[in-house]
Amino acid sequence: MIRRLISLLILCLLAALPARGEEVVAGLSQTDVAITTTFKGSEILIFGAVKRDKPAPEDKLDVIITVSSHLTPVLVRKKERKLGIWVNAESAEIDFAPTFYAIRSTAPLNEILSPAADLQHSISVPRAIRAHDAQPSGGTRDPFVEAVIRIRTDQGAYQVQEESIELTEDTLFRANVELPSNLTEGDYRTRIFLLRNNQVIDAYETTLDVRKVGLERWIYNLAHEHSLIYGLLSLIIAIAAGWGASAFFRLLKN
Amino acid sequence: MQIYLPIAEVSVNAFLLLGLGGMVGILSGMFGVGGGFLMTPLLFFIGIPPAVAVATEANQIVASSFSGVLAHLRRRTVDFKMGGVLMAGGIVGAALGIVLFNFLKSLGQVELLISLCYVVFLGVVGSLMFIESVRAIRRSRSSGAMPPKRRQRSWVHALPMKMKFRTSGLYISVFPPLLVGCVVGVLAAIMGVGGGFIMVPAMIYILGMPTKVVVGTSLLQIIAVTAFTTLMHATTNQTVDMALALLLLIGGVVGAQIGTRIGVYLKAEQLRVLLAIMVLAVCLKLALDLLIQPSELYSLGAGGGH
Repeated sequence: MIRRLISLLILCLLAALPARGEEVVAGLSQTDVAITTTFKGSEILIFGAVKRDKPAPEDKLDVIITVSSHLTPVLVRKKERKLGIWVNAESAEIDFAPTFYAIRSTAPLNEILSPAADLQHSISVPRAIRAHDAQPSGGTRDPFVEAVIRIRTDQGAYQVQEESIELTEDTLFRANVELPSNLTEGDYRTRIFLLRNNQVIDAYETTLDVRKVGLERWIYNLAHEHSLIYGLLSLIIAIAAGWGASAFFRLLKN
Repeated sequence: MQIYLPIAEVSVNAFLLLGLGGMVGILSGMFGVGGGFLMTPLLFFIGIPPAVAVATEANQIVASSFSGVLAHLRRRTVDFKMGGVLMAGGIVGAALGIVLFNFLKSLGQVELLISLCYVVFLGVVGSLMFIESVRAIRRSRSSGAMPPKRRQRSWVHALPMKMKFRTSGLYISVFPPLLVGCVVGVLAAIMGVGGGFIMVPAMIYILGMPTKVVVGTSLLQIIAVTAFTTLMHATTNQTVDMALALLLLIGGVVGAQIGTRIGVYLKAEQLRVLLAIMVLAVCLKLALDLLIQPSELYSLGAGGGH
């Protein structure tokens, strides 16, 4: 049912677009994610098709999909042993790093993406992170940037799944992206790249809107816009709960 | 059941939080400590951002301490006069502590300082309490009939501005309790705890208060200091998570009620030995964290703004 709906959608998209070599048309299973109290993470289906007005070339077609949160600065600290104890010593600030970044592709990135194209479109994880000083191309990489990638990959915030896109008849493709439960609010930039001969031949971009709703929204706004009232309310709740439990246990005893 | 915390921005199991709150609440009711020195590290461990954990924990301690103090009120084991004096010192201390905390933060080593504070204070307090209470238990076993030694007069009794604390049966200067309250307030604000684990021994050993009234009275002081810290965190950093606090405190207040009842059946020396062992265990864990090479040398923090 869903598959049929998706194909129908794709057909509509195909019909609406003007012809130009090879083009990607795509959509998301949902354009916004609502963070509710019971939010457990979400799975987004990204699907699309390649539109072409002449027969496909012989060489292999590949697709890369990226989903990225907004970029925020990160302070990375390194521990060192001083006087027998481990303390924070060196630190470096990474100017722009996404808190969430997912890559899906039809084949390993280093086989289908040229370094120049990667640099131009900031596709791979190291390219998606921008450090203050320009990263040396190839060779040694900044250990602080490496640390960000390692830590966030371990947390499941950076996901690289190569060969995870199903590409049917060089035309239809689909991929799943699992959004973790500790997702933060914001506009998530979703990009789809079509590649041939290690070069990007077309790209498509859309946004996934992640928002807190209902009670989550209300608490968050109150805490940030009326912090004194929020603080007092927290204390009243605490006192009331303390009194309530005490009264309840007394009742239970008698 | 998973629940998404609006301020912490992570999803955690609601029953895990209720359980943690309950466990720490029992200890809080038994020993008259807020339990923050256990809960704050536990919250870090389950993935709550440290800033949110510290601020929210203060709010939760208000609830469990309030619940505990009500139980003590009914048994008339709260010295209000002493509590008032300690509170006054505590609020001044907490205000000073927050100023100091922000200063250390600007130096960039606040994390290390908090750990060292924990290790030193938990270590000293824990060992002193352990040695003293083991000795007391031995003494009561070997010569059960020996009358309890009268507290000796120390420098505490030589200071001016004496005040009568009837419930505690003390006639001492107002300065030692003010000072104790103030020091605990400073530490509470820096370490993000209620400060009961320092307060309780200080009241017993420095002020010479009877153990019976110490627990209830220390809770009174803890409520004042943590309520103040909660408000400060909520207004300056917006790091108090109401949903997290609510879950922890539901577990916590119930636990505190159970704990107070367990406490009645235990002897004062036994309570003190148990508390000492717990304090030493946490101290050891934190000390090991500082001494053993961490598996990940790098850590991430919020950038910008500094």
